[in-house]
Amino acid sequence: MNRLKRKLLETVAFLFLLTVISFFLIKLAPGDPVRNILGAEDLVVTQAQIDELRKEMGLDQPLYLQYAHWFGKLTQLDLGKSITTHRDVVTEIVRVVPATLTLALSSLLVMSVIAFPLGILSALYRGSLVDKFANVFSLFGTSIPGFWLGLILIDLFAVRLGWLPTMGIGKISHLVLPSLTLGISMAPPYIRLLRASLIESMQKDYIRAARARGIGPVHIFFFHILRDSLLPVLTLFGVSLGSLLGGTVITEVLFGYPGLGSLAVTALLKKDYAVVQGFLLFMGIIAFAVNSLMDQFYRLANPAISIKEVEQR
Amino acid sequence: MAFFLLILLLLLLGEKLAPYPPNDVDMSLRLQPLSAQHLLGTDHLGRDILSRILAGAHTTVGVSLSALFACLAVGVPLGLIAGYAGGRLDWSIMRLVDASMMFPDYIVAIVLSGILGAGTFNLIIAIVAVKWFGYARLVRSIVMAEKSKEYIASARLSGRSAAAILYHHLIPHVASSVSALAVVDIGKIILMIASLSYIGLGIQPPNAEWGSMLNEGRSFFISAPYLMIVPGAAILMVVLLVNVFGAAFADRFDTSTQKEG
Repeated sequence: MNRLKRKLLETVAFLFLLTVISFFLIKLAPGDPVRNILGAEDLVVTQAQIDELRKEMGLDQPLYLQYAHWFGKLTQLDLGKSITTHRDVVTEIVRVVPATLTLALSSLLVMSVIAFPLGILSALYRGSLVDKFANVFSLFGTSIPGFWLGLILIDLFAVRLGWLPTMGIGKISHLVLPSLTLGISMAPPYIRLLRASLIESMQKDYIRAARARGIGPVHIFFFHILRDSLLPVLTLFGVSLGSLLGGTVITEVLFGYPGLGSLAVTALLKKDYAVVQGFLLFMGIIAFAVNSLMDQFYRLANPAISIKEVEQR
Repeated sequence: MAFFLLILLLLLLGEKLAPYPPNDVDMSLRLQPLSAQHLLGTDHLGRDILSRILAGAHTTVGVSLSALFACLAVGVPLGLIAGYAGGRLDWSIMRLVDASMMFPDYIVAIVLSGILGAGTFNLIIAIVAVKWFGYARLVRSIVMAEKSKEYIASARLSGRSAAAILYHHLIPHVASSVSALAVVDIGKIILMIASLSYIGLGIQPPNAEWGSMLNEGRSFFISAPYLMIVPGAAILMVVLLVNVFGAAFADRFDTSTQKEG
């Protein structure tokens, strides 16, 4: 019960801080937001019109009142309208979320398909050719700019060979190159961690005990060693969520993929700040939710953590 | 190794070695393939690519290093203060850390550099905003562990001021861990700056920067593939160099602590 209460308090504090940051970050933008909005419509404006709009938008009020007003609307899921498309920001964001989610999940799939075999094989056959390959792959994977890898893949498979579409959305073929780009850039830390934690698990006493009891090597590997090694991988997943979410932004822009990242970057370049606020709020909530979920998983998989916490109190 | 030294030399000398002024436009020479006059060809405005790569080395690596030192300048003192002072000061600094960690790093860097507007200084601010807290947390944890040891207590008893203890005892202690983290971070910072410049939020044309060179050349990749290959390969090589060096550094650091222990 105590833990639940603390978690609830933490969540409320987090959400409050999130709205504060999302609101005030935008205020760092240089220039007059009113002129910016009127400027977006390419009209010649008078000072009277500027003052009128400023009053209408409540921008003549002190910042804390502006925040309170904005927050009040936010509780009704109203973030205002985009100044370029004139559509509701929340609707805009909800519309593109599925595309980004699809890209993120398929990239995770590509990452797993690369990282698990390489990580496992390089741990099982240390010093072998596979191990060396995995090592070189990791080194290049962490050093290559993700967007450049994407450019090369587009040039090779879409432009020169014509196998896959260069950009767009809709079919599975549209997902192949973006997920490869992101999946390859994300794989290296997983390969390294999996290899290291597998090797560590293999040397533990209970593995030797299991072997002594005559349990088959395949069973030992899957039910004892691999299971033990998945915990750190889970932690890494929480940590690397940032590179996944950030990676989707760059990858979406690169492939002209209409997701959350493309929406946000276009909004930033056009100074459409209501959309940017929505993007920040959404990303913050996702990051928080995934991290809490990972924490929960971790506790389930490793009860020792909760026990230690109780002991420390 | 000799190869790496060569790259390092090229990075340091940079623009001085450039055969042509990197921003010189000559439309009669646009999109020239590799030749004796233009070793790496020319871009869509007839600018010599080799010269731009060398000039870009100064920009990309220079800005990355400035950003790294700015992160150190913010993170290390805050970590020292939080760890040594404890109490309310520590609490406030740690909440600042929490707030900075709330969003994924690339998201903050993209949004901040977008809001503040393009430009080198704003780019550095954006990088510091997402990287400083790593140093603060690292330094804080080391200082907290060291603080309770006897030599610090005896230094305090012998009348040394907090500043002197920090300077003589704690800073030397955190230096090696901080440099190990810095070596890992510099590659990431280079990649981040190149990515931001590529999507148009970092360093702006006509300044030669590797990421923005890729952005500018994008529509000409089919007819002039070297416009794509050269700047990207430059980024790859420098980050690779840093990462290999970083791994060697980490190994050495590890063995030295083992010997001590």
